[in-house]
Amino acid sequence: MSTATDTTGTAADQTTPSRLSRRSPARWVLLAVGLVLALSLPWFVYPPVAMDIAAWALFAVALDLLLGYAGLLSFGHAAFWGGSAYVAGLVALHTGVPFPIAVLAGAIFAMLLALPIGLLSVKRSGIYFAMVTLAFAQMLFFVVNQWRDLTGGENGVQGVPRNFFGIELVETEPFYFYYAALPLILAGMWFAWRVVHSPFGRVLVATRDNPARARALGYDVERYRVMVFVISAGLAGLAGGLFAISHGFVSLQEVSWQTSGKVVLITVLGGIGTLWGAIIGAGVIVTLEDQLASSGFEGIGIITGAVFIIVVMLFRSGIWGTVTNLIARRRGLKPESDDIGAADSEQGL
Amino acid sequence: MNAFLLYTVQGLAAGSFYALAALGLAIIFGVLGVVNFAHGACYMLGAIVAAVLQDLIGLSFWPALIVVPILLFLFGVIIERLFVSRLTELDPLYNFLLTFGLSLLLVDLIKRQYGVSGLPYTRPEILSGQLSLGSIHLPTYQVFVFIFSLVICGLVWLLMTRTRIGMIVRASTEKSDLTRALGVNVKAWVTPVFGFGIALAGLAGVLAAPFRAITADMGSSFIIILFAVVVIGGLGSIVGAVVAGFLVGLVEAYGQAYAPQLSQIVIFVLMALVILIRPAGLFGREENA
Repeated sequence: MSTATDTTGTAADQTTPSRLSRRSPARWVLLAVGLVLALSLPWFVYPPVAMDIAAWALFAVALDLLLGYAGLLSFGHAAFWGGSAYVAGLVALHTGVPFPIAVLAGAIFAMLLALPIGLLSVKRSGIYFAMVTLAFAQMLFFVVNQWRDLTGGENGVQGVPRNFFGIELVETEPFYFYYAALPLILAGMWFAWRVVHSPFGRVLVATRDNPARARALGYDVERYRVMVFVISAGLAGLAGGLFAISHGFVSLQEVSWQTSGKVVLITVLGGIGTLWGAIIGAGVIVTLEDQLASSGFEGIGIITGAVFIIVVMLFRSGIWGTVTNLIARRRGLKPESDDIGAADSEQGL
Repeated sequence: MNAFLLYTVQGLAAGSFYALAALGLAIIFGVLGVVNFAHGACYMLGAIVAAVLQDLIGLSFWPALIVVPILLFLFGVIIERLFVSRLTELDPLYNFLLTFGLSLLLVDLIKRQYGVSGLPYTRPEILSGQLSLGSIHLPTYQVFVFIFSLVICGLVWLLMTRTRIGMIVRASTEKSDLTRALGVNVKAWVTPVFGFGIALAGLAGVLAAPFRAITADMGSSFIIILFAVVVIGGLGSIVGAVVAGFLVGLVEAYGQAYAPQLSQIVIFVLMALVILIRPAGLFGREENA
């Protein structure tokens, strides 16, 4: 076994054979396909929906950074997505700065908010962590709901402009907004990928798989967890800010626990611990909800709830995980185990 | 003084719902290691079923206190057999996710069936009006709810401390591996215990029916506060769940009376303080954390 101090190879490499190794052409093919898909998405689906998919995909990647690589299920990530949505929306509305700057302000706010929440939450792990983050997010929900002068309470923040360095990207040109926002989304994804494939990411996996051992090796487990929590919140904030600007308004729904649940659903559906899975999950759920809403179906929760139950009962490795497992079987390799966060960290994006 | 007493009674009545439901949550967690996200939805079902049965067959409040929990017990047994039991061997997060999906499904099913406006509920004549003790007037129904839930919590406590079933539940709550190692068949108790926990949530729902709005969403904020309650009390503690339930009810009522804008936030501030000072909860022990 390698030690965790040896960052070039990890225990993960040796316990699960890598299916898409660093040098494999498959990885580059995937990356190219992903880029082409990201660039052509608004030509296949209605551009605002394409923007929603991109934003939710980044949100799910942010959550998966925490769930798949640090083994921590946050059920309160709406606090960062929604908190940033409000800050970005208000900054854009009241100062008229270009929208990327407003979104960055939102992301910074999300990180600042994540620091105290993270410090308190990492005292616990597992199911407790989920409950505590959920409760803290609810705290923000009540603050936003009560602070009507600033947030508009039940009415939300209306009329958020989309200023792009002097150009007003109006509603009638959703195409332009998608391409203006895409660089930020891709930058967020790239950053997540860098984190996963850095020494820091290796240590995270070690703290997930065996916290006691990581501690014994001298890693301050709690500190690593707080750090990844803050990074994850920043990326969620980036996504939430873009979502708010794209819609031109911010509502209480962005900070509600249903939103926290939705991003967990997306991540689990796509496959925990695989950054690709988060993207696929977002595509499926956003498209599904859009279809249901436009067909006038009452009670979307009936469908999403049922999907969730089916995934948890039957496809615990998610869409992406199920597919890669099938490929692995055909190649005669050992498929994934059934633990949360037992992802092969090599195969993420 | 009189106003303060009134808020106290209101707080204890609100705390009654939290205490009963949190007790169910704690027992389920203790024996199965499952945090039931659908607990709020089950509380909602308790109220809805009571209202629907009153409408359909004229079932009044008193029999509903027995009939509805029995129905929810059966519902809990079905859910446990169909879904929960297949996941208990895995990471507990899976059951958390499963019950989350279940609660989405239940809430929207009820919404589709009965809409978003509240269902009517007629409370029994005897519980309307006021109790007069000298110069003090208290709402009869809230006093009744508090006393009734205390009695139920007391009965559950007796069940836990004086019977073999209770001994097994407590033992597996505190040290489930050791209990199994000593040859106690914990598995046999899992299904009825789950049903019993759900029945308690349903009972809280029936109690809430006469003076809360009966809607599909009534469990949505309830479940989050319930999580705060069990974090404050300590997840692995049955006494903690009850005490924290009443405590949170009081905090909520005083908050609504003296600082209405902060009433909900105060609960979570209290939770944050408890996590800071005693991460395992007021009555929890470290190894259960």
